[in-house]
Amino acid sequence: MSTADNTRAPDPFPAAGNISDDEREELRRHGILMTSLEELYNWGRSNSIWPIQFGLACCAIEMIAAATARFDIARFGAEIFRPSPRQADLMIVSGTVTKKMAPQVVRLWNQMPEPKYCIAMGACAISGGPFKQGYNVLKGIDRFLPVDIYIPGCPPRPEALLNGLMQLQKKIRGEHLTGPDAARHTRADVPGEFPVPTFGEHDLEPTRNPEVWTPPAPITRSGKG
Amino acid sequence: MESLEQIRDRLLARFPGASITLVTNPGPAAEHSLLLSAEHARKIAMFLRDDAALQLDYCSNATGIDWPDKEVVETKKVAVPDPAGGPDKVVEEKTTRLEPGYLESVYHLYSMALRHGPVVIRMRTVNRSNRVTLPSLTPVWRSCDFQEREIYDLYGIVFDGHPDLRRLLMWDEFKDHPMRKDYVEPDDFEWEPTPHGAVLDRAKTHYPAPEVKP
Repeated sequence: MSTADNTRAPDPFPAAGNISDDEREELRRHGILMTSLEELYNWGRSNSIWPIQFGLACCAIEMIAAATARFDIARFGAEIFRPSPRQADLMIVSGTVTKKMAPQVVRLWNQMPEPKYCIAMGACAISGGPFKQGYNVLKGIDRFLPVDIYIPGCPPRPEALLNGLMQLQKKIRGEHLTGPDAARHTRADVPGEFPVPTFGEHDLEPTRNPEVWTPPAPITRSGKG
Repeated sequence: MESLEQIRDRLLARFPGASITLVTNPGPAAEHSLLLSAEHARKIAMFLRDDAALQLDYCSNATGIDWPDKEVVETKKVAVPDPAGGPDKVVEEKTTRLEPGYLESVYHLYSMALRHGPVVIRMRTVNRSNRVTLPSLTPVWRSCDFQEREIYDLYGIVFDGHPDLRRLLMWDEFKDHPMRKDYVEPDDFEWEPTPHGAVLDRAKTHYPAPEVKP
């Protein structure tokens, strides 16, 4: 990916100042680079997403493969897997989240500084996957955490993880610092920390965070089946 | 290696008070096993490990089995005399009795030194509720340590003499034993797009049936 491609404004991004995107492109061709603080900020953030280094199951192997020379997650500036949540921007939940592990995952998320993002990688992290009805399996990490990107697959190939990362970059570049649709981390009314579930006698307590996730309404079909 | 019958006979001669039963496996694997009485199991296990002809020095696998209470129906043919004076009528009488359940621990033993095995031994608890203690074989084979903890966690067999008997997979506060047949899962059904089988039954109790208009 060339530098020129990175500096180009993404689709949802508005033109800087009072000029249109076309006029700005015209200026750029003449060597005049116009930008806004917001765009520069998002450009820098989106190209240095440091994930927190932890893996939960087989998806972690694919995540490791994505960091190797063959797939090379460093092309997107996300190769620095941090061993501390304090230094991480991104949590890749790679693998089955057991009920025993879920409080630790939520605690790690709470320890990460804003702005932070969460990728649910693979069927298990999304919904529990093939182990959904198991006695010790959480039915998706989005019961407790706000997930930005879902990557389906069992496990997803490294290309799928890279695609998910690119989607996250796109999302970051489209974020606003001010205004009614400002990014989550700039707003005081949106929580950045979530209650850690405790171990109960039969299940986690609570089993989900109702502020983050509520079960979808059932589809009631009318007419013949 | 000796046959299981030979091993059993040798054990019975060595430990006169112990009850050792050969449990046959009717399946194609035909992996028969020796059922040991709990009070002599530790000594028998030491013998199996140290005996020169067997040298079963490696326990590759320890697992549990839950045998729930079972209703057994017995049919008995009874001859009832005919009041009219004819020949006796043969009537089938059915009696049901409750066979109490028990928990079982199973060990697969191999010999690294003599390269033979497996020899399968098993032990049974008295019942499934309050007398669930079995002797731990971890002092005999170190490899049983985590596996006996797992059996304790998932089946609830208490191993007497285990050096560190804690839950292995579930958290310490957990009260149930998930691999038991009568384990009741927490009622945490969540909507699924295409439920089927047991999941469909749970879905029906949580969501009303879709309205189908003609």
